[in-house]
Amino acid sequence: MSEPNISGGLLGGVLIGIAALLLLLLNGRIAGISGILGGIIKSDVPGERFWRIAFICGLMLGAALYAFMRGGFALRLQADAPMLILAGLLVGSGTRLGSGCTSGHGVCGLARRSPRSAVATITFMIVAALTVFVTRHLF
Amino acid sequence: MSAIVSALFIGALFGLGLAVSEMIDPARVIGFLDVTGRWDPTLLFVMGGALALTVPAFPLILRCARPLLADFFALPTKSKLDGSLIAGAMIFGIGWGIAGFCPGPALAALTSGSPGVALFVVAMIAGQWLAALREKHS
Repeated sequence: MSEPNISGGLLGGVLIGIAALLLLLLNGRIAGISGILGGIIKSDVPGERFWRIAFICGLMLGAALYAFMRGGFALRLQADAPMLILAGLLVGSGTRLGSGCTSGHGVCGLARRSPRSAVATITFMIVAALTVFVTRHLF
Repeated sequence: MSAIVSALFIGALFGLGLAVSEMIDPARVIGFLDVTGRWDPTLLFVMGGALALTVPAFPLILRCARPLLADFFALPTKSKLDGSLIAGAMIFGIGWGIAGFCPGPALAALTSGSPGVALFVVAMIAGQWLAALREKHS
């Protein structure tokens, strides 16, 4: 593991915060990535898809821009292919069933003072920490 | 049209934030979740930096009659603490703890061209799709 990146974490967090409040102020939307992605896969309103696709493209462009400026970014995968597939299935179905992920519940939901988001955030944080404990320290 | 351009720009800001904070790197996320190991608090500062802005700003923005580029605020309508919320958060937590990826960082990390990330994202979309099917049948 590496040393904590406090300045990068704070700066990145502020950028994410600015993005979340701009999306609410300009587009009237919650910056929850699982919800934005989910609406592309399944949407009843045809015009709904375009802003979502634009946002996800932007998300990837932003990361690519950073990689271009800094010569890449650290990406240390923590699981092998079968476990990545299992984890992806769990993250996709869980965020759909639970109406959100780290950004939607964690960053935006808490800011809306939503009790559902507070419960969801505490739940997934604790369960994820327990999962890491079980997979890294027990086995 | 302007709402689509703003979504693209705001998405880029979000993706840049994920890269700057190194949340794209699953080792950082697992380091945060590994509370009994060598704990890495970086994720806490990311959440703190974001919440320091959104917590005071969201109520102010929601006092406006409407957003600047759309007709209305599209906010979540559910308010009940139900089993789906808890079960979903638990299932998500297990997946997050296994891989160290949540949806935003996984999509941003796709740009690295890593096949492992691509596998995760395809599975994640399949998982969303499967869970959406269940909604139709319930």
